[in-house]
Amino acid sequence: MRNLIWLMSRSLTPLTFGLAALLAILAIASLAIGPAPISPWLAAKALVSDQGSASIVVREIRLPRTLLALLVGWIFGLTGASLQGLLRNPLADTAVFGAPQAAALGAVAVLYFGLVGALSWTLPVAAIVGALLSVTLVVTVAGRNATVVVLVLTGLAVGSLAVAGTALAISLSPNPFAVTEIVFWLLGSFEDRSGVHVMLVLPFIVAASLMVLAAAPGLRALALGEETAKSLGVNVPLLRLLIVGGAAIGTGASVAVAGSIGFVGLVAPHLVRPFVGYDPARTLVPAGLTGAVLLLAADCAVRLIPSGVEVKIGVLTALLGVPFFLWVIAKRKAELAETPA
Amino acid sequence: MKRLVATSLTVDLGRRRALATVDLTLEPGRLTVIVGPNGAGKTTLLRALAGLVAPVGGDVTLDGEPVRWMRTSERARSIAYLPQGGTIAWPLPVRNVVALGRLPHGERPDSLSDSGRKAVAEAMAAADVTGFEDRPATELSGGERARVLLARALATKAPVLLVDEPVAALDPRHELTVLQVLKAHAAAGANVVAIMHNLTLAARFADDIVVLDRGRIGAHGTPEDVFTEAQLAASFGISAHVSREAGGLVVVAENPLAEAP
Repeated sequence: MRNLIWLMSRSLTPLTFGLAALLAILAIASLAIGPAPISPWLAAKALVSDQGSASIVVREIRLPRTLLALLVGWIFGLTGASLQGLLRNPLADTAVFGAPQAAALGAVAVLYFGLVGALSWTLPVAAIVGALLSVTLVVTVAGRNATVVVLVLTGLAVGSLAVAGTALAISLSPNPFAVTEIVFWLLGSFEDRSGVHVMLVLPFIVAASLMVLAAAPGLRALALGEETAKSLGVNVPLLRLLIVGGAAIGTGASVAVAGSIGFVGLVAPHLVRPFVGYDPARTLVPAGLTGAVLLLAADCAVRLIPSGVEVKIGVLTALLGVPFFLWVIAKRKAELAETPA
Repeated sequence: MKRLVATSLTVDLGRRRALATVDLTLEPGRLTVIVGPNGAGKTTLLRALAGLVAPVGGDVTLDGEPVRWMRTSERARSIAYLPQGGTIAWPLPVRNVVALGRLPHGERPDSLSDSGRKAVAEAMAAADVTGFEDRPATELSGGERARVLLARALATKAPVLLVDEPVAALDPRHELTVLQVLKAHAAAGANVVAIMHNLTLAARFADDIVVLDRGRIGAHGTPEDVFTEAQLAASFGISAHVSREAGGLVVVAENPLAEAP
């Protein structure tokens, strides 16, 4: 708790205020953008007072979507930054553990067997279980002191296994409509989400955030390696459990409501790190806010791109994220070759 | 002033017995250098002394208190440990890396107390890194990084300092600087233990030498007592010439013996 208060007080910087202001502007824009033209001013008014049909559109359709983009972006940025700190590697992300793919498999399995509808607590729980399983499998196979190469290869294998499982469920599905639904859901989107989705995902995101933030101060000592961190009094196994567990819970819950959206957690920490002196603990909150900014901006963008049907946000983040990923690899090739994870 | 004592210390690494019933008393105010062939268990011994690896038998005590039952924060304040070939993951400014040594005191790099600031400044001066305190740690040369990490360990101001091969990456000048720092730290009352490979340097600076040989103590005493031709043959499997010069003992390794120990 003391750690949390400290981190929050340390995070009250011009950077976080700037990001928060940017978020507010994007949130208003997100409430205003859509098929029914509503001005930003009217959108803001419709949110807080009754403006007839505008209020219905803003509150029932655009608010849930905005809140979801915000929450999911926040947790992606936060967990991405914490995993990068934990593994001491700027290329770490939940995707390195195959977690999003496995979460998708968990959710698809539940949907496929018709156990529940798409609006049940079972869905995020199944997705979280999938994410936790993949992380456990990767850590077990790769070992705790795995090099980055071993870790990435293991994550790739586990991710591919999960994708194959999902493909199996799709190909065996007797119902073509269900197939279409699953495929589109897998592409990742905030379209047509309701307040129920927000309530479904909120507790998990809060829990995941608290776990990750509680681990923050120890990340700093970890910059000098696990041995040194231990000698400085950091409980490294607990730190690892909090961060990896928080990442799995956050990823699982996000995938359950929004499908597969990648690369936000990878990109966000890079954008803020120079502004916080590369301090892995102080990177967390700004990275979370940046993740929210990125995803909210992307969700506004997919609504503005002129196309027959809305471009899926997961597709957009991948189209932008992959070149960034390649750029980081190209820039850090030499040191990545031998860095232990 | 803290005495570090290992009693029947036995440590397994996986299925291999790395240390077998080691009895060792390390006195404060002295620089003890651990030497021994590769794989003798030097690093394991140092980690066990630091409380970082759980023994399967025996115990390590600090002034009578078992290290493994100490609260982690208290242990971290009492024993500073510098692993071999340390890396620094992010381009943190050198000053902030050194300030990490204050974490056991509950002080964060961006909110140091007055005593913390003083400890950091002293540590940086001692390790000769004050000149580049604002540089990103990832852009340092190997020798500079080694000294920054040593400064980090010194900044804790722990009564016990355990360092694993502190001069491995250093040029002759900084080799001497670092050993002088360790020697002065011991002379000021700290219990300093270092692993080294260079026997002549070890003989010059150490108050005591511990020879570790296949997980056991081969010899423990002053450099003159320990560095004999017979002992070097038995522990290292080399024929060596030991002579007393003006600067101290000189150990010249001549030939590997036909039969390794």
